[in-house]
Amino acid sequence: MTTTKSHWSKDAPLYLDYQATTPTDPRVVEKMLPFFSERFGNPHSRTHHYGWDAEEVVEEARAQVASLIGATPKEIIFTSGATESNNLALKGVGNFYKDRKNHIITCVTEHKCVLDTCRHLEQDGFDITYLPVQENGLIELDKLAAAITENTLMVSIMAVNNEIGVIQPIKEIGALCRENGVFFHTDAAQAAGKIPLDVDDMNIDLMSISGHKLYGPMGIGVLYVRRRPRVRIVAMINGGGQERGMRSGTLPTPLCVGIGEACALAEKEMGAEAERLKMLRDRFHAGINERLSEVYLNGDLEHRIPGNLNLSFAYVEGEGLMMGVNDLAVSSGSACTSASLEPSYVLRALGVEEELAHTSLRIGLGRFTTEEEVDYAVEKIATEVTRLREMSPLWDMAQEGIDLKSIEWADH
Amino acid sequence: MAYSDKLLDHYENPRNVGILDKDDTGVGTGLVGAPACGDVMKLQIQVDEDGIIEDAKFKTFGCGSAIASSSLVTEWVKGKTLDEAAEIKNTDIAQELALPPVKIHCSVLAEDAIKAAITDYRSKKESKSEAAE
Repeated sequence: MTTTKSHWSKDAPLYLDYQATTPTDPRVVEKMLPFFSERFGNPHSRTHHYGWDAEEVVEEARAQVASLIGATPKEIIFTSGATESNNLALKGVGNFYKDRKNHIITCVTEHKCVLDTCRHLEQDGFDITYLPVQENGLIELDKLAAAITENTLMVSIMAVNNEIGVIQPIKEIGALCRENGVFFHTDAAQAAGKIPLDVDDMNIDLMSISGHKLYGPMGIGVLYVRRRPRVRIVAMINGGGQERGMRSGTLPTPLCVGIGEACALAEKEMGAEAERLKMLRDRFHAGINERLSEVYLNGDLEHRIPGNLNLSFAYVEGEGLMMGVNDLAVSSGSACTSASLEPSYVLRALGVEEELAHTSLRIGLGRFTTEEEVDYAVEKIATEVTRLREMSPLWDMAQEGIDLKSIEWADH
Repeated sequence: MAYSDKLLDHYENPRNVGILDKDDTGVGTGLVGAPACGDVMKLQIQVDEDGIIEDAKFKTFGCGSAIASSSLVTEWVKGKTLDEAAEIKNTDIAQELALPPVKIHCSVLAEDAIKAAITDYRSKKESKSEAAE
């Protein structure tokens, strides 16, 4: 097996988008391979060795996932990914308890799969509160406490934001929920394997995890569902009653093995990896600030996962910048490839001005990012931003001391 | 999204980036677009005694297509009369650069920028001749 240390060559852009997806760790792939063609049994087959063998490794994987978050294996439900897990958590709990309580609290910067699910629940008669966030991207606990009523069934707040990497005060939220007898669900797709999580210590009742965000395979995720005190959910997929009736369908043995191994590796290496990534992240940030002025960091710096930077480069346009740095695989905060120019709703929720939201890059560093790659990317971005600023009429105006807000722009 | 070689060439090696003296009566300045929309184009023309555009400069805040569109029109307007320049259509720009459909608005903006620069030049000239009367 080749040890892929980097995904950077003359032909392939330098990968700096680890919040979008992570490469499957070669060690994970190696563990998965036998379960495609050799040990291919159906883990639900009870009458022969093939089935027993598959069941055994699936249960090992379940234990590996549980261990990463301080849960017991029976509380781990395999799903197709975090989107399904979030749907199952919200709709499953919602539909089970809706005759008793039907108020759910979430927040405006959640992933679309949470927000869209909440919209659907609203149409089904649920009452949803969308908490705002502060300028640093974090919710205010006072506002959460004030939003909880006797009718509140569940709070769903993501552990780590996918665009700006900020870490919500999960433990405090959990304590508040427990005090008020409210279920607490957290979308931990960006958090699991990156920061320590403990479902008991943090009073988490449901947690969504994605395989491909933590160096496991795509197509698998997990929903943690607490057993004591018990959380009940209505299944969305009916069938053979697998996963204790909460999610029917044959378990994909290789994918289960993959996410299990990915969790085990993360548990073992998280500490050292976080330290290394923080060093690289700080090097990146400092390098950019050394070469460029008027660069703004979106989201809190302190309460942030180590592998994320989200920077706005004033007076240059994000998409134009992306074209200039096309040998870097990064993500832009501005989704203006469509006819309707739409800056990121997350950045807008932070109060980032539309101008700056249009100029942002999300830089995601991860397990295979090297110092050399960071230095290359910093140089590339700094050079390109400088070039584009020299071409930017807004940069000229700012240098002349003209307040851009004082100009009456013709919207188009 | 695949961009044409011409577009990429204009983006990577933009022609006529710069500024002309906006207070010069022979200079017309067009500033179109808005920062919040992600595109601002500033196009300037230097017009000689005979009404021929002898020089053109631009500065653009925007995506690659916006930069390329403005770079292209500075090349096109040079040597043209004001009336000829005013006839440049966004469709010509879009065709030359093979702009993808979602980027057509960049060529529209470039056409607007030429027209705005011409209008500015003419209104400056008029007020000058009025002042002379």
